[in-house]
Amino acid sequence: MYLELVQLSEKDRSLLAGELGKAQKLAMGLLIAVGETDGAHHLIDIEAAHIDGCSYHGKAGVDFAHILVEGGGRVQVPTTLNVSSLDLLHPDLYKGDSTVAESVRGLMDHYVALGCRPTWTCAPYQLRDRPSFGQQIAWGESNAIVFANSVLGARTNRYGDFMDICCALTGRAPYAGLHTDAGRLATIQFDVSVPNSILDDDLAYPLLGHVLGQLAGNRVPVITGLDERASEDRLKALGAAAASSGAVGMFHAVGVTPEAATLSEALGDAPPQQVVDLSLDTLRDARRELTTAIGTLGAVSVGTPHMSLDEMASLAALVDGHKTAVPFYVNTSRDVLSEAETAGVMTPIESFGAVVVTDTCTYITPIMGDIEGDVMTNSGKWAYYAPANLGVSVVIGSLVDCVESAVTGSAVTTGEWS
Amino acid sequence: MKVDRVLVDGVASGEVLVLDAPLSIWGGVDTESGRIVHATHPQFGESLAGKIVVLPYGRGSSSSSSVLAEMLRIGTGPAGLILEEPDSILVIGVLVAGRLYGTRCPIVVASSTPPDGGVWRITGDELESAH
Repeated sequence: MYLELVQLSEKDRSLLAGELGKAQKLAMGLLIAVGETDGAHHLIDIEAAHIDGCSYHGKAGVDFAHILVEGGGRVQVPTTLNVSSLDLLHPDLYKGDSTVAESVRGLMDHYVALGCRPTWTCAPYQLRDRPSFGQQIAWGESNAIVFANSVLGARTNRYGDFMDICCALTGRAPYAGLHTDAGRLATIQFDVSVPNSILDDDLAYPLLGHVLGQLAGNRVPVITGLDERASEDRLKALGAAAASSGAVGMFHAVGVTPEAATLSEALGDAPPQQVVDLSLDTLRDARRELTTAIGTLGAVSVGTPHMSLDEMASLAALVDGHKTAVPFYVNTSRDVLSEAETAGVMTPIESFGAVVVTDTCTYITPIMGDIEGDVMTNSGKWAYYAPANLGVSVVIGSLVDCVESAVTGSAVTTGEWS
Repeated sequence: MKVDRVLVDGVASGEVLVLDAPLSIWGGVDTESGRIVHATHPQFGESLAGKIVVLPYGRGSSSSSSVLAEMLRIGTGPAGLILEEPDSILVIGVLVAGRLYGTRCPIVVASSTPPDGGVWRITGDELESAH
């Protein structure tokens, strides 16, 4: 029913006819349906994929992966895997139902059997062989999508579970949206005007992202007023928050991100639909919105998205010689953990009493257990989702404040936020 | 009335639930009950189960496809979706559930005058009030 709109290559047709197996046939059929939805006229080759479908959300995800394995599916491009719901390196951390754990393990095994690399991270852009500028890719995981497009200049649409593996199994993606030049142009402009000291504060970036997502919705925003202090880690925090509060798949920051040397480049020489002024007051409001807690501090969780090696080094320097008074969780990938061990930064973090979580994240799976009190986090994304996912109340603060709070046992926020 | 586009063809009827803000089905809806659990969503506490849900578009997590498929599998999913803008994350969730379990959940785009209440029926590219 969709075939008349999406032009297929000879290879696409053979996949659709099932000449390369049942899994590829199913994948191509779904790809075309999505291409039709997205208004694509043809499919393009992709060079890499990142799969979000390996996170467990019930039997449907397992059943789908199972029929792909049964159908002889094999990924056609280098493919990394997102976080799942188990920490395979530290299995004792899981406090959930053991039947669910078995299903999760089955799901994870299916994706590895399809030829995906068991990276188990939501920050595949922190792996060594990340995509480069201009590459066409198919990524799942909202924060990874926004980072790939905005910071790396690689090109992916917002692919959901199922679609991501369909792209990987066929090596193809519908040519639409953020894959195209036109789809990457900004249509809403945010002018950031805050005191200089705010741009030195890590907390500014997830708060900025939170506001961006709320107002941009599914449009591509361009931000003016940021500078080189917006490091990769800060842009990661910004993008993750924007992709939580909104459907942002890409943003530009003039003078910072690779497709926004100038404002007019980001806008494609067209006037924006909307211009929004962002002041310190707006960021303060965002902080109040993301802070649902007012009581005693029960735990701290940092690293959503997964901590980079730089962030692990910063954390090590902050915690060196201190002990945490509350449970302190650090989420990172197995690859970064290994690099951090080699770099010698894990010793102070372990002496501090932190619990290192890999392969998954504390807001999607039962690891923290019953928390007596509020949870402090440096992540806009964690703050956005955890109240509903875990039933906890949240305080948002910078990494510095998270460590200070853990040491003193009560939530402190410094800077100009109140 | 005619819809603008049919994204997933089918027939469905049910009470209309209008969402005043985009919704991330993952993290925003309880799979077991179909209820909206995101505390700051305007329709917090309402259930999607069996409803014709009118929403601007999906939001946030790319896991929403899996969660929607799982809701359709266990019977807590919506009867149909009326969107203001196409959203392929929702489309593929519905298509996969249909392929695996034979479930139905038509999705249409109706940007101009979507229903604002009562019982409605989606039939292919046609929307009608069923009282």
